[in-house]
Amino acid sequence: MILYLLKRAAVFVLSAAVAGVLVFSFMAVLPGDPAEVALGVNATPEAVAELRKQFGTDRPAAAQFFDWFGGLATGDFGTSYVTSSPIGEQINDRLGVTAVLVGGGMLVALLIAVPAGTFAAVHHRNPLGVAISAFSQVGIAIPAFLAGILLVFVFAVQAQVLPSGGYVPLAEDPVEWFRGLLLPWLSLGLVQGAVLTRYVRSAVLDVMREDFLRTARAKGRGRMGALWRHGLRNASVPVVTVLGLQLATLLIGAVVVERVFVIPGLGDLLLNAVAGRDLLLVQGVVMVLVLAVLLINFLVDVAYAALDPRLRGAR
Amino acid sequence: MKGRLNASLVSGAVLVGLVVAMALVSFVWTPHDPVLVDAGNKLHGPGDGYLLGADKFGRDTFSQLMVGARTTLYVGIVAVGIAALIGTPLGVIAGMTRWRWLSELVMRANDLVFAFPALLLAVMLGAVYGAGTLTAMIAIGVATVPAFARVARAATMQVMVTDYILAARAAGRRRLPVAFRHVLPNIGSMLIVQASVSFAIAILAEAALSFLGFGTRPPTPSWGRMLQESQELLFSTPRLALWPGLAIALAVLGFNLLGDGLRDYLDPKLRRIRAER
Repeated sequence: MILYLLKRAAVFVLSAAVAGVLVFSFMAVLPGDPAEVALGVNATPEAVAELRKQFGTDRPAAAQFFDWFGGLATGDFGTSYVTSSPIGEQINDRLGVTAVLVGGGMLVALLIAVPAGTFAAVHHRNPLGVAISAFSQVGIAIPAFLAGILLVFVFAVQAQVLPSGGYVPLAEDPVEWFRGLLLPWLSLGLVQGAVLTRYVRSAVLDVMREDFLRTARAKGRGRMGALWRHGLRNASVPVVTVLGLQLATLLIGAVVVERVFVIPGLGDLLLNAVAGRDLLLVQGVVMVLVLAVLLINFLVDVAYAALDPRLRGAR
Repeated sequence: MKGRLNASLVSGAVLVGLVVAMALVSFVWTPHDPVLVDAGNKLHGPGDGYLLGADKFGRDTFSQLMVGARTTLYVGIVAVGIAALIGTPLGVIAGMTRWRWLSELVMRANDLVFAFPALLLAVMLGAVYGAGTLTAMIAIGVATVPAFARVARAATMQVMVTDYILAARAAGRRRLPVAFRHVLPNIGSMLIVQASVSFAIAILAEAALSFLGFGTRPPTPSWGRMLQESQELLFSTPRLALWPGLAIALAVLGFNLLGDGLRDYLDPKLRRIRAER
């Protein structure tokens, strides 16, 4: 178990390092010198050299990389060439908002998928079970931002019960905070819930065919009782894998949904950074999102081992 | 390659056929010029020669949808092409090699690319080179490579333990000819299924990118940007969001159903290897 975790952790750290090199070199191929760009065409060479020194871009690329990558560990992402403000702080301010958005979306997805998928599996021959499967197929075809627009139309334009966008911090007004996030959560969660329902259904179906479940039934447990006691843990192994992949999808979906609902999260920061040509900020936000995806994958592997001891020796 | 027609296959093929037909017809005919700005017909209601109405610039929605189908298919074909051409050889090599480290290396590299979703790649490419159809296609294509590599590897590993491969190897055939003569034809149906599923994902990605302004540049019509432009008019003219939204959902549904149907039709035995979403 320990060996397995160490191996996984090593893969995570190594992947993060390679991802760092990729992101850094990608942005480094950019033509143009940040100092020249910042000062404009009329700057004197002395002024450019001075600013270059200040930015640290006069040093070799490798030194710049290690400086940047080393800083990541302590949350220091450097200082923006455009706005001269520390990038780490900006990312930190937005990270919480995106995390709450993604977490809530995942919760909605699970609240839909676990009951609906289990129901569809248990009643896989009756029309309602089949209908759930069909609905989930349709749900998969709707991107989160389209779901968002539809939800705005229904709840903000027609019923006028929820705001169409905007964000109120939790500390300011918890009720408005919740009302503002409800539609974004639903847009992310409904779509992911539809995808997840299919996996829960097939995982539960697989488990229902197992001998141990038949034994539990034979011992006198009811269908739901047997599933609850023996089925869910076994069914959760494939579902957790998909959940991990979906968290990554949700994170990216959040970037788009933030744009639909004007929520000041990481996605909003990233798109504004691109618009403002603030490349060091783009580099920082991209790196944070990539690290988040890698971290999620690592945690999925850990959860895997915790749920199914047989997998610990494998791979 | 024999099988029975099934409901998924037929309904998927009909929906995909509809999108392809719209795109093809748009080359020779659209009801109106899709990019013609006509202030006189601003927000023209449906009817009167404008089947689905016109947008805030007086552009005909139906004509825009038709040309938008072209954009969608173009991006999908190129992106899935890139992914298949890079991912398939990598997956086959990883599945056939006797060097475990090589297989491991390919799969680890795969995981790494997987951490760079299409949207992030497109934003990075857009930030450096300026966003457009090309950067969107490359980003979606590269992000889809791992899906092809994984499916190709899994299918190859299944094929490698079959008797006919053993026989070919025992007869002294080298790996490369075996790959071309025996492995590729036998994993082909899985790759076709994967292509269909990946196409659906590429459509979603293209729509999201155009919505954010990182896809096809104006004035070329695209479904994602139609949605983005419609958002500010959601309170007054919701139909502008309805049609492109419906087009995206039906196209994605079509390719997903087609993929499911093809899997059952082409090779029921290989149903166990799931296409990667």
